[in-house]
Amino acid sequence: MTLQGSLQIVLVVAILLLLAIPLGNYLYRVFTGKTVWFEGGFAAVERGLYRLVGVNPSVEMDWKAYLKALLMVNFVMALFAYLIFRTMGRLPLNPDHIPSMSWPLAFNTAASFVSNTDWQNYAGESQMTILGQMVAITFLQFTSVVTGLVAAVAFLRGMTNRKSPNIGNFWVDFIRSITRLFLPLSFLLAIVFVGLGLPQTLDGAVTVHALGGGAQTISRGPVASLEAIKQLGTNGGGYFNANSAHPYEDPSALTTVLEIIAMGLIPTALVATFGKFIGNRRQAVVLYVFLAAMLLGGAFFVYGAEVAGNPLLHHLLGIGGPNMEGKEVRFGLPLTGLFTAATTAFTTGAVNAMHDSLTPLGGMLPLVFMLLNMVFGGVGVGLLNILMFLLITVFIAGLMVGRTPEIFGKKIEVREVKLATISMLVHPFLILGATAVAVAVPAGLAALGNPGLHGFTEVLYAYSSAAANNGSAFAGLAGNTLFYNLTIGMVILLGRYVSIIAMFAIAGSLAIKPVTPAGLGTLRTDTFTFGGVFVAVVLVVSALTFFPVLAIGPVAEHLQMVAGKLLP
Amino acid sequence: MTKSAVKTVSKGIILGAVADSFRKLDPRVMVRNPVMFVVEVGVVVTLILSVSPDLFGGHYGPTQALFNFVVCVILFVTVLFANFAEAIAESRGRAQAESLRRAKTDLLAKRRTKDGSYESVPATALRQGDEVLITAGEMIPADGDVVRGLGSVDESAVTGESAPVIRGAGGDFSSVTGGTKLLSDELVVRVSVNPGDSFLDKMIALVEGASRQKTPNELALSVLLAGLTLIFLIVVVTLEPMVGYVHGSIGVATLIALLVCLIPTTIGALLSAIGIAGMDRVIRFNIVAKSGKAVEAAGDVNTLILDKTGTITIGNRLATEFNPVGGHDEGQLTQVAVLSSLFDETPEGRSIIDLAKQKGVEMAREQFADAKVIEFSADTRMSGTNLPDGTVVRKGAVDAIKKYLAEKGGTVPSGLDEKTERIAKEGGTPLAVVRGDEVYGVIYLKDIVKPGMRARFEELRRMGIKTVMSTGDNRLTAATIAREAGVDDFIAEAKPEDKMRLIRAEQAEGKLVAMSGDGTNDAPALAQADVGLAMNSGTAAAKEAANMVDLDSDPTKLIEVVGIGKQLLITRGAITTFSIANDIAKYFAIIPAMFSGILPQLAALNVMHLTSPQSAILSALIFNAVVIPLLIPLAMRGVKFRPMGATELLVRNLLIYGVGGVIAPFIGIKLIDLVLTGLGVANI
Amino acid sequence: MTNLLRSLRLTLVLVVILGLVYPLVVTGFGRLLFPSQANGSLVRFGGRIVGSRLIAQAVNVPGLFHPRPSAVKYAGNGSGGSNLGPTNPALFREVGSNLAAADLPPGTKLSAVPPDMVESSASGLDPDITPANARLQIPRIARSTGLSRRWLWRLVLREETGPFLGLWGQPMVNVWRLNLALLRKSGG
Repeated sequence: MTLQGSLQIVLVVAILLLLAIPLGNYLYRVFTGKTVWFEGGFAAVERGLYRLVGVNPSVEMDWKAYLKALLMVNFVMALFAYLIFRTMGRLPLNPDHIPSMSWPLAFNTAASFVSNTDWQNYAGESQMTILGQMVAITFLQFTSVVTGLVAAVAFLRGMTNRKSPNIGNFWVDFIRSITRLFLPLSFLLAIVFVGLGLPQTLDGAVTVHALGGGAQTISRGPVASLEAIKQLGTNGGGYFNANSAHPYEDPSALTTVLEIIAMGLIPTALVATFGKFIGNRRQAVVLYVFLAAMLLGGAFFVYGAEVAGNPLLHHLLGIGGPNMEGKEVRFGLPLTGLFTAATTAFTTGAVNAMHDSLTPLGGMLPLVFMLLNMVFGGVGVGLLNILMFLLITVFIAGLMVGRTPEIFGKKIEVREVKLATISMLVHPFLILGATAVAVAVPAGLAALGNPGLHGFTEVLYAYSSAAANNGSAFAGLAGNTLFYNLTIGMVILLGRYVSIIAMFAIAGSLAIKPVTPAGLGTLRTDTFTFGGVFVAVVLVVSALTFFPVLAIGPVAEHLQMVAGKLLP
Repeated sequence: MTKSAVKTVSKGIILGAVADSFRKLDPRVMVRNPVMFVVEVGVVVTLILSVSPDLFGGHYGPTQALFNFVVCVILFVTVLFANFAEAIAESRGRAQAESLRRAKTDLLAKRRTKDGSYESVPATALRQGDEVLITAGEMIPADGDVVRGLGSVDESAVTGESAPVIRGAGGDFSSVTGGTKLLSDELVVRVSVNPGDSFLDKMIALVEGASRQKTPNELALSVLLAGLTLIFLIVVVTLEPMVGYVHGSIGVATLIALLVCLIPTTIGALLSAIGIAGMDRVIRFNIVAKSGKAVEAAGDVNTLILDKTGTITIGNRLATEFNPVGGHDEGQLTQVAVLSSLFDETPEGRSIIDLAKQKGVEMAREQFADAKVIEFSADTRMSGTNLPDGTVVRKGAVDAIKKYLAEKGGTVPSGLDEKTERIAKEGGTPLAVVRGDEVYGVIYLKDIVKPGMRARFEELRRMGIKTVMSTGDNRLTAATIAREAGVDDFIAEAKPEDKMRLIRAEQAEGKLVAMSGDGTNDAPALAQADVGLAMNSGTAAAKEAANMVDLDSDPTKLIEVVGIGKQLLITRGAITTFSIANDIAKYFAIIPAMFSGILPQLAALNVMHLTSPQSAILSALIFNAVVIPLLIPLAMRGVKFRPMGATELLVRNLLIYGVGGVIAPFIGIKLIDLVLTGLGVANI
Repeated sequence: MTNLLRSLRLTLVLVVILGLVYPLVVTGFGRLLFPSQANGSLVRFGGRIVGSRLIAQAVNVPGLFHPRPSAVKYAGNGSGGSNLGPTNPALFREVGSNLAAADLPPGTKLSAVPPDMVESSASGLDPDITPANARLQIPRIARSTGLSRRWLWRLVLREETGPFLGLWGQPMVNVWRLNLALLRKSGG
């Protein structure tokens, strides 16, 4: 690790924070109906869209109505994508003659993309048509992130309501998120991406006469437009199999910096939006400090682990130096480390290196970030997870100051604790349950790409990625089997919607509570002390839950590796 | 119940609690505490496994059976410890209930019949609305209001206070409690409750914990603990197939041991004991809380409304200055003032004599044996003395004295108005003194703030609680006292509706309000307040409306109630934190032990260097069990609450129970391991 | 029911806007502003398209610079890494055979071999190598082409690109640029 390497990491995070805070304020204006720049234009387009969809923008919804609309929209869109995947072989814009998907793969892909997970059991260049990349993949990459965003906004409204059950209009929030945020931003970023080398064409693969003789077929397509929303929407589902490690998706160190910033932008901005909603800047500052520290710590951890390299290679073959297996030269290790930490912190799931080939500790970090699922987190749902853990922390810490706990002036009672507990339970249940089944049945074991402890981590990583709606993979696992398509698809859906439903119910219950003004005796959540307690509670609860599996997987593999042994 | 009823835990109580601990093993009872129920299931499973260790497959020898049995025993002891904690908390209450019940022996009552005569019936036959006659020396058969008569009542059976109190018809001192004893005179009481609903019945039920319901916060915490238990259950259940992946297997007893170590048994075992002990602390403080919810709410109070008289001030004004007017000097004024108050038995009168004594003026009553004492009357608003020589001395409100002067033809001396005004402005009460038709001066009567109140209010402010003083005085007087006492706000010329309005206004802002009161006209406000503390000396209506009754009738106790409420919550939070923090060390003990034969490299995690896998598991389990009885005293006593800001309090408690909770088991487990090794049973 | 209808309408409207209009407009702008990049940064040599500047190609002749090992045999339509874990015996077989294939000059110290030379890239298409990797290939190229080592050394130095803004990334050389320069020098 070098000073220059460290600077690379720190500066990207600094730029990210600098951009995110004003964007967070902008989002606050968007979702509180205040006028923004270019208001007239936005409003005119939105009026047209409201008419097309048939909604009355002035209607307010309570949490149940909002949630029903959200679930219905997600269901219809997933169904639409499923049908596209099943029929795209016969639809237009298929110059490379790619066949339609099998039903398990189509189910897995539809569930994965509608939920912002973007786990891919298919290879983009050989199993997805250009039409599929556009109307199913790119489309869902917009709508899935918007779903997460509006869920968080609705929660914030409920949390700050003063005895009113209304948490906004789902349709209005959904459409505004697209017109005022994702569409303009993605468009700008996509154009920049084309300039920096990402292809954007409707022509399919090109076959060239290679220099050294023979031919090379190079897949192309509308990559830049997908890449922009893939990163901005913390989706992560790449155009190509190698994702952001592919030179067409991420051709230079500059583009990888842009991609890191793009994926962090909105999750990070939402912390500022949250601060504006509760009218407490300090709260946002405290969260920024601790979450950014975790992100940086994670990036340095991977960076350090990969620089240290693989002692077995030295031991057995005499090759020293950093671990370059599954990495690209143009990014360098610092940006690879940061990308790896960021993609799991922001639950994007894009990768610019193959996580399966990271050192055991380097690969443990992204796993840990997915298990925590709250280092900023994905758009919207990350904030929801943060708030869920805040609620649990306030509940325990609040008792210790001698008051029945309250979060932002609202009393936390049995109902809220019950729902937060359900939301907290989903994650370990899905990950541990599914992993245990998969490593015990032949159908699960058959797909492993690596033997031994690393194979165990592959499975654990897959279900953690699915439950956290991340989408990155220890890609040695051959996931396109009936078993994995179905189990991963189910874990994705449960991981996404159970906790969203629970959090909506909390929002509904908080919405109608009165706000108690803070006094000296109230536990302040906007202090660094509390921030520390918050992080400690999250780490301890997660560590207690996942310590055994981490011990079996990466920890044992690391100890085995440093002991110089190939097999456990 | 006397104040010293059950302060210490006697041998009898412990024996009773031990017996109860076994009785509580009934699974139908245990299931109400999901955390401990899981442990009890573990006991059963490990017991079966110690008889037939191969039940779930595998081939284990007798060593394994012995190990399983040891685990079973430790788990059993863990459950017993938990039951014991609850039982001992309950038994203290039960002992108190016993002493209460003694007051409620079979009584006979003289019930008034339709024709006006009295018939003798058992007390249990009395119904609401019946009228009973009680004569001196008899026990009052039921709760009720005095409708006729006046008498002194010994209420020590209920309040522990031995000084008798006066009860009479009408006014705020008309309520009597069943089980107390009339010492003098005769009373006719209208019974206000049906049998079983009496104050004494409620108190007995309350202290016995019979009607104990989990409070909202306790319920919420139970839910969280059940959630954590579920998480750890899934952790342990999924472990076996995962270990199967690396071609290993972990014995069921070891898995159960891990589960029990991880689930929050410490807080699970002590949670109900903390709640019972919290209520118990309130009761021992001679306050009856009608529900645990009220005690919890007390911890949350934002605003405290306190009556000035009796709560903030000592209740009487005292003379502090003699201000002569019209050419008289202080000495002359003092002489006249003493004359006017010589036979005045009111506290104000006595304070004048005392102040004069300090100034060197003393007179013996015997000298004026023939003097005629003129008592204070609401009509004249003056009192004084007519001396045998015809001298007339009076003291009274300034305007009353002026009127008196006008009648007598005297003149108002210069300076009187000026001095009167100054005293009023400073919040005092001016008392003019006149001899004949000549005004000598003005006595400065002052409200005296109880010693220590200022500091108390300062503490409350640091806890974030706003204090509001309520008084019938005018604004000027009220403001002065408020400033002197250091309260945050006051309501002057307060009528009961004003209190009500204040409570509603504070509640509309989302604040919780506590108040105390005793009169019937306080009842609506007591009911409206989140915490209403009624004085036992108050009316039945007030006691009915409030959610707490102070048996000592000391309104200042409202402040202590707030502290007890906070302490209850802090204790819960602290032990929860401690319980969860403990798990870290237990993992470091058990994980390397569990994997010793499967993934030997994980021995690197054995940071405590425990002797053997068996000893590691047993040490963690023993620590887990032993920590429960060690924390029983803390659960019963409560974590010490110091008034300070929330963040300071958080840091302090976190350092002790959070960081301490991480470190303590590392030390404890290592020590137990050393002992096991020393005993030569580490490789069992 | 209203929700279902609205959901269908919303899906339809957004599929058109986000799935069709948005990528097509970007395509239009891309073609207008950056035609070469939009088409995939294709490289022409001798009048034919020979590949993409961004995509590594298999080089089997000793007289050209070799890109990093590819687990997918430089398949431009099938990117991917080896996904071999750090304790997988297959990793050591793979690195061992890459080491053998590198055709290092005799006497090269193993500890001096840059890992990017023997470890497979993430995409299998990594077009860049580290300068150390390029320099280690100079003796082989010199031997087979007859070009002077000095010239080759200077070529590597000339084509070496530093980190972006001197900060992000690491020093590296694009194999395409080296090889095209070599081919031009030798006249194709």
